[in-house]
Amino acid sequence: MLNIKIEGIAYEVEEGLTILEAAKKCGYEIPSLCAFNHGECSNGSCRVCLVEVKGARGLVASCVYPVNEGMEIIISSPKAAEARRASVELLLSNHNQNCQQCDKNGKCELLHVAGLTGAREGRYLGSKTPVTVDELTPAIIRDTSKCILCGRCVARCQNAHGMGILGFENRGFRTIVAPAENRSFANSPCIQCGQCVSVCPTGALMEKSEIARVDEAMKAGKHVVVQTAPAVRAALGEEFGMPVGTAVTGKMVAALKRLGFSKVYDTNFAADLTIMEEGTELLGRIQNGGKLPMITSCSPGWINYAEYNYGDLLEHLSSCKSPHQMQGAIIKSYYAQKNGIDPKDIFVVSIMPCTAKKDEKEREQLQVNGLKDVDAVLTTRELAKMIKRAGILFPRLPDEDFDQDLMGEYTGAGVIFGVTGGVMEAALRTVYFVLTGKEHEGITFEAVRGFEGIREASVEVGGMTVNVAIAHGMKNAKVLLDEIRAGKSKYHFIEIMGCPGGCIAGGGQPIVRPCFLPNEDDDILDTYRAKRAAALYSEDERLTLRQSHNNPQIKKLYEDFLGSPNSHKAHELLHTTYAAREGFGN
Amino acid sequence: MARISEVGVKKILEICDRYADEKTPLMMILSDIQNEYGYIPLEVQKIVSEKTGISVAEIYGVVTFYSFFSLEPKGKFVIGCCMGTACYVKGAQQIIDKFSELLGIAPGQTTADGLFTIDSLRCIGACGIAPAVTINGKVYPKMTVDMVAPVVEEYRAKGGNGQ
Repeated sequence: MLNIKIEGIAYEVEEGLTILEAAKKCGYEIPSLCAFNHGECSNGSCRVCLVEVKGARGLVASCVYPVNEGMEIIISSPKAAEARRASVELLLSNHNQNCQQCDKNGKCELLHVAGLTGAREGRYLGSKTPVTVDELTPAIIRDTSKCILCGRCVARCQNAHGMGILGFENRGFRTIVAPAENRSFANSPCIQCGQCVSVCPTGALMEKSEIARVDEAMKAGKHVVVQTAPAVRAALGEEFGMPVGTAVTGKMVAALKRLGFSKVYDTNFAADLTIMEEGTELLGRIQNGGKLPMITSCSPGWINYAEYNYGDLLEHLSSCKSPHQMQGAIIKSYYAQKNGIDPKDIFVVSIMPCTAKKDEKEREQLQVNGLKDVDAVLTTRELAKMIKRAGILFPRLPDEDFDQDLMGEYTGAGVIFGVTGGVMEAALRTVYFVLTGKEHEGITFEAVRGFEGIREASVEVGGMTVNVAIAHGMKNAKVLLDEIRAGKSKYHFIEIMGCPGGCIAGGGQPIVRPCFLPNEDDDILDTYRAKRAAALYSEDERLTLRQSHNNPQIKKLYEDFLGSPNSHKAHELLHTTYAAREGFGN
Repeated sequence: MARISEVGVKKILEICDRYADEKTPLMMILSDIQNEYGYIPLEVQKIVSEKTGISVAEIYGVVTFYSFFSLEPKGKFVIGCCMGTACYVKGAQQIIDKFSELLGIAPGQTTADGLFTIDSLRCIGACGIAPAVTINGKVYPKMTVDMVAPVVEEYRAKGGNGQ
């Protein structure tokens, strides 16, 4: 322990902390901007966290300056306060100040520190850095007029995926953060996962909103059907001040019913359908000497990564569409037929924790008879905006149920799709039943749970050992993929999810910032993934049906419409293809 | 973008191998490529990226940060005008303007015949002989505006002779 003083008051703090971290533990929140998540990003570049340290030459950046024995820190002095204010004013002088219209309104850390430091208007007038606005992808908008060059996005892309799509370009006043050559994300090997969006302190990186498209469909009198991914319910409440990890399934459904959607379904139904198709595909490959290991295909960020970097391994990917695409295809065929609606008049909206899903829905391979399976994808954040726009007081909503006709049932297996290891566990529950004729005792497969970057397990199923592995974040996936490429992979089945933690921490989820969550613990950035995951696992536990093959409406769908898993009809509607792509195309 | 020949790729990989044991090899690799080819286009950066595991964006960032590196091919003769403080107060601006006027290009550009590039340099550490100009490494001390035209002609003659 070290003895330090802050504002003349003695404190004891652990060694190895920065002044910023130590001060927080002592009850002081020094305004800061570029520092993020225990030094994941700490370039000391924004100079917003300047404090006085007795004996130090000039003011020091508290986010990178370590505490040492006997240190005397002054945060409150006019000298330090004025310096912090000047730093923010300088950032603002090169900033696009259309704050009212900015999509980040309410969650902008620059505006937050401007408030904290008392930044004044128009202090430093002058020229601004030339601006690039990249709106070419369906998923993410990059607007350099709002970028403060903190480098968080650069660090996150590298840490999560080992990709480093974004970097600092040029120098001095002309510096920008961009893909090489200031290209669009569309012409770079960006997988559109949105992890960069989830760490950006301002509105420089945002999802491309599709709320207007949903509005237009409603105005045009379309039959608008909405479906929600499992991870959405585990985080939506955060947008309305509810504690991280609150499951809000019932309120979310109630809100959607008040937003004018014709039908409200759960993508979990299609998650169950995915398990039937994917499980059957896996058993087929094992029994008929097909390509192994088979790899899951639910995460569109991962699919993009595979197509850009492992074009030679695409045969390992399951041919199954991702669940919301399957659900879209079923809505525009089975559901349309049963209800006597022309599929052309149906508009399918998916609420997803993901930005890459926006990109996925535009894939040519995901159309049936010239109709897209899914017409619009909204992130969890966009749904929150629609709810707020409609004046709905979310926490006061009653709990309501999804529409129950045709595809209202879902099982616990579908719910856990939203967390790393969940798709694997759901698949194992069903594969176990198919191979042994009975349910796995105890239902769950704890061995595949957790947040280790790569996990593996061997599961005894009906006299056969199934070797499985799970990876999340492309950095981890790469390890398993390189093994396959080298012919050294020992696995039958691999689950890969794009975002670290899986969909619960996807690029479309509510952003987690300690400064906007005063009621959460200081370590919320360490715990939010597990808290959101717990919300899903507890919903799984509460459900009576916990294996996909026991979903009665799935059974009925096969009886009435599809025939059997992997049937010709199922292939037509529920399966897809992949193609290798060049990352730096023109 | 230009395709790189197999020989070219081999050479770039060989340059990368020179610094395989270095902890942070990027600057050295890029310096060697710059010296070897005169520029470092994105195609080359991609090869370096695949070989070293350093992201293309990071390499591009380094190439665009240092004025020594170039994304475009440079001319046969690279005229480096020092614009550091000492040279500047001794009239470097007039010198570089004269080169620009005679060659019809701005600093950073290359003449259409591929003969000359004008680079505006930060201090090259030759303040004692300010204003200083370097052409392909040869230093011209205490330049004056009147000396610019003869120097250009000298090199134009060399270039014309294919030397």
